[in-house]
Amino acid sequence: MRAALAGDADAYRQFLISVTPYVRAVARHRCRIMGAPDSEAEDVVQEVLLAVHLKRDTWDQSRPIGPWIVAIVRNKLIDALRRRPRQASIPIDDVMDTLAQGEPETDLSAHEIDVLVGQLKTQQQAIVRSISINGASVRQTADRFHMSEGAVRVALHRALKTLADLYRKRTL
Amino acid sequence: MKTHDLIELLAQDAPPRKDFGAVFATAVALAVIAAGAVFFAGIGFRPDIAQAAETVRFLFKFVVTVSLAVSATVAVLRLSRPGVAMGGWSVALAAVPVLLGGAVVAELFAVPRDGWMTQLVGQNMRFCLTLIPLMAIGPLACLIVALRRGAPARPGLAGALAGLAAGGIAATFYASNCTDDSPLFVAAWYPLAILAVTAVGFISGRLFLRW
Repeated sequence: MRAALAGDADAYRQFLISVTPYVRAVARHRCRIMGAPDSEAEDVVQEVLLAVHLKRDTWDQSRPIGPWIVAIVRNKLIDALRRRPRQASIPIDDVMDTLAQGEPETDLSAHEIDVLVGQLKTQQQAIVRSISINGASVRQTADRFHMSEGAVRVALHRALKTLADLYRKRTL
Repeated sequence: MKTHDLIELLAQDAPPRKDFGAVFATAVALAVIAAGAVFFAGIGFRPDIAQAAETVRFLFKFVVTVSLAVSATVAVLRLSRPGVAMGGWSVALAAVPVLLGGAVVAELFAVPRDGWMTQLVGQNMRFCLTLIPLMAIGPLACLIVALRRGAPARPGLAGALAGLAAGGIAATFYASNCTDDSPLFVAAWYPLAILAVTAVGFISGRLFLRW
């Protein structure tokens, strides 16, 4: 994470990948307690990851990172779940088969974020989709849209901030 | 969107980031400058400050205001970092009114009963109640802007603490202008002025510090 804060994207990606299982486990546990389906847990996971990202500089580098992650995940999770209406839960027996098959852990998708991305400005949407769905780099995205790399970075950062705002304002 | 793709998106947005502590420290410096600018442009030191500085009552005002400003500032910084405990800072903050209360008791012994009201009402009540909030606006704004980068578990509380810190900074400047030095005056009017700032801080916290 130290390397990530210094701007090393690969180190940062690794960091995010390694926290995700923890976030997911906590999110699923909470969702089960609240009677929400697992599919919703992945929405929560994404919202929490976004918060970790936007608040990463609140970690005091002279302290261990564990308590920071635990606290930020807990705070955000409570928020995220509180906003969601309680949904009728489906009896577990009915979905047992689908659950048993399972998807590979890294390949889970969430749907809420797609709705929110749809609410971004057109240019931000295009940039977000280019990088996330098409897997393009900032460089390639810049070339594609005839923008400077700096402009793409700024737009991406703004888009992520806006997404966090949209999550917060969202009432399902 | 797959979580994997989101992570890719986040990783691409990873330029070096300034530590929140550094941002906050800058904001505190700006807060002091903002209050100081209003103070020196508007009222300045009291004319007899040199003599006043030799009296215990005058100096004690700063013990109270500075400890309030410092403990509230550190408390709000800690609150804005997930996973960092308040430590002894909530105790330090709670000690400020106790300190003032002790001084009030001492003053009640030192001043004869028929002088209590004169000391309490003083001459500058109206200035105290208007100038402290006025000088606190700039500092509060600086702190709230910086705290938007933080991640306080309780936004309202963080805002209120920022209000206390801003009020403490403003009160420190104001105390060097005001000629009412009795702890009775300080205990009656300063908290009222600072609480007004704290309330504004609380509301701004609820409005601007959610994340």
